[in-house]
Amino acid sequence: MKIIVCVKQVPDTSGKVAVNPDGTLNRASMAAIINPDDKNAVEAALTLKEETGAEVVIVSMGPPPAEGMLREILAMGADRAVLVSGREFGGSDTFATSQIIAAAINTIGVDKEDIILCGRQAIDGDTAQVGPQIAEKLGLPQVSYVAEIKKEGDSLICKRMLEDGYMTIKVKTPCLLTCIKELNTPRYMSVPGIVDCYSKPLEIFDFNKLKDDPLIELDTIGLKGSPTNIFKSFTPPQKGAGMMLEGADKETCQKLAGILAGKHII
Amino acid sequence: MDFTLSNEHKLFRKMYREFAENEVKPLAEEIDETERFPEETVKKMAKLGMMGIYFPKQYGGAGADALAYVMAVEELGKVCGTTAVILSAHTSLCCAPIFENGTEEQKMKYLPDLCSGKKLGAFGLTEPNAGTDASGQQTTAVLEGDNYILNGSKIFITNAGYADVFVIFAMTDKKLGNKGISAFIVERGFKGFSVGKHEKKMGIRGSSTAELVMEDCVVPKENLLGELNGGFKIAMKTLDGGRIGIAAQALGIGEGAVEEAIKYTKERVQFGKRLSQFQNTQFQLADMHTRMQAAQFLVYNAAMKKQNHEPYSMDAAMAKLFAAEAASDVTRRAVQLFGGYGYTREYPVERMMRDAKITEIYEGTSEVQRMVIASALGVK
Repeated sequence: MKIIVCVKQVPDTSGKVAVNPDGTLNRASMAAIINPDDKNAVEAALTLKEETGAEVVIVSMGPPPAEGMLREILAMGADRAVLVSGREFGGSDTFATSQIIAAAINTIGVDKEDIILCGRQAIDGDTAQVGPQIAEKLGLPQVSYVAEIKKEGDSLICKRMLEDGYMTIKVKTPCLLTCIKELNTPRYMSVPGIVDCYSKPLEIFDFNKLKDDPLIELDTIGLKGSPTNIFKSFTPPQKGAGMMLEGADKETCQKLAGILAGKHII
Repeated sequence: MDFTLSNEHKLFRKMYREFAENEVKPLAEEIDETERFPEETVKKMAKLGMMGIYFPKQYGGAGADALAYVMAVEELGKVCGTTAVILSAHTSLCCAPIFENGTEEQKMKYLPDLCSGKKLGAFGLTEPNAGTDASGQQTTAVLEGDNYILNGSKIFITNAGYADVFVIFAMTDKKLGNKGISAFIVERGFKGFSVGKHEKKMGIRGSSTAELVMEDCVVPKENLLGELNGGFKIAMKTLDGGRIGIAAQALGIGEGAVEEAIKYTKERVQFGKRLSQFQNTQFQLADMHTRMQAAQFLVYNAAMKKQNHEPYSMDAAMAKLFAAEAASDVTRRAVQLFGGYGYTREYPVERMMRDAKITEIYEGTSEVQRMVIASALGVK
């Protein structure tokens, strides 16, 4: 049994978001971190590994420095990692990215008992599209927004967390789940994990490695294979501090109405 | 010469820092205030393999190196001096002498439980009349049949109240002076062994410091550590290693104070300016950081020499002397930069100042370090 976890290295948006003059994100000036939801997916995989002895394989697409992030996840306890990296893959939107990652997963191989885990969405693009698209392209059943996973024979019982409630779904493996932060608390790297992480296998999948997969054509990947393009990105202007009026009496209401009228809102 | 950290060491730093920030820092104030030993933190460190960082995997260690260990003590020290010394005493003063001097049977019996954190370790050398002059041991060990019978008491023992395994020194031949001292591995449950009075301290108040009492304490003769009458050498060698741990603790405390002072002076406004805009603040912080950076080089150098099996006694002494005095100086200056707020327990710098002081005293006072350094220089 294998658990394949898809992860993305993202700029840390908890600090200051830096934007280049041309409107693109200045990734170089921001710290790179493991996408938070993906870390929950990693933790879910490692927990399942402890229960079942499954092999945990991490897949990421990105430039070569993403190896550092993969080593961190290997130090948390994953068994091996695959970095999908190549000039041909650059500029991919979610459609092209899922195309490439699906091909990489095909190359790793998906067996009957296997599970693919993704984070719900990345904090840089916030689309939540890549996970579901990978499932579609691999022809696998998918459950999104997973907050609980239990393995029962050849199925998983998943609790989906939706805005207005929960949904419990039984899904047969192989399948793909997208994970949310409510699922678990990710573990730290461990000392023996760090000692071992640089000797664990980390394979690079470049264009040549994936080119024979039916999903990979030069016009389905990279900038050329991306139906969406970023037109403009910018830091939204800071909102001014709000004004609080306390009280439920007539006087407060009149005061409120006066302020709104003064600003020509009413 | 290469001053850059390896990728592994960068990961160690990151891991320790995340752990310290999330798990250790939130407790630091409370365990200081209530003088509570943070048992839960020890369990968490155990789970992450931090209780046996540089011991080989065959003995249950994590298989990392001495630098990875000092970085752990340093990062813990940045947020909590107490937690740093718990790890340092356990590793350097109990696991290390057993690993370096134990028989294969002793190592297999004790190290896996110590390195996994299932058991906590401590070290008993100091006595009421044998502090800096450790050769004046009054605890005795007499062989009777298959056991040594130990009598005497040890004071100021770090981890005493919670440790399961102790490396204890006792006189086996009084006539021989310090050449008549032997080391023993003593378990908490041995007959005649008990923990006495707990000390109330100025700093590192969450660490358990207590007296050990041995009244006809029965220690199996196979628990003699190293050679009979070879204990003083073991004690001195252990303290050489322990000094690197305490130097790392001091380093962490000082660095933590610098971080806090930078944060505070960038926020605090007086005379219409942030404190960080005053040149006095800038010069103070520049000096403080420089001192701690110099301390870091000395500490890492000593750790690497130990790791590479080079002589490191003088390096450890210099690291501890400099880091401890730098930590005391830097924490005191941090309190000054905080002004009145720094003197209150609302901010962590007064705790850091109290915690720093002990690093100039235990595991060899600064004066002892100067003796070690001068002697290594051949200055007699």
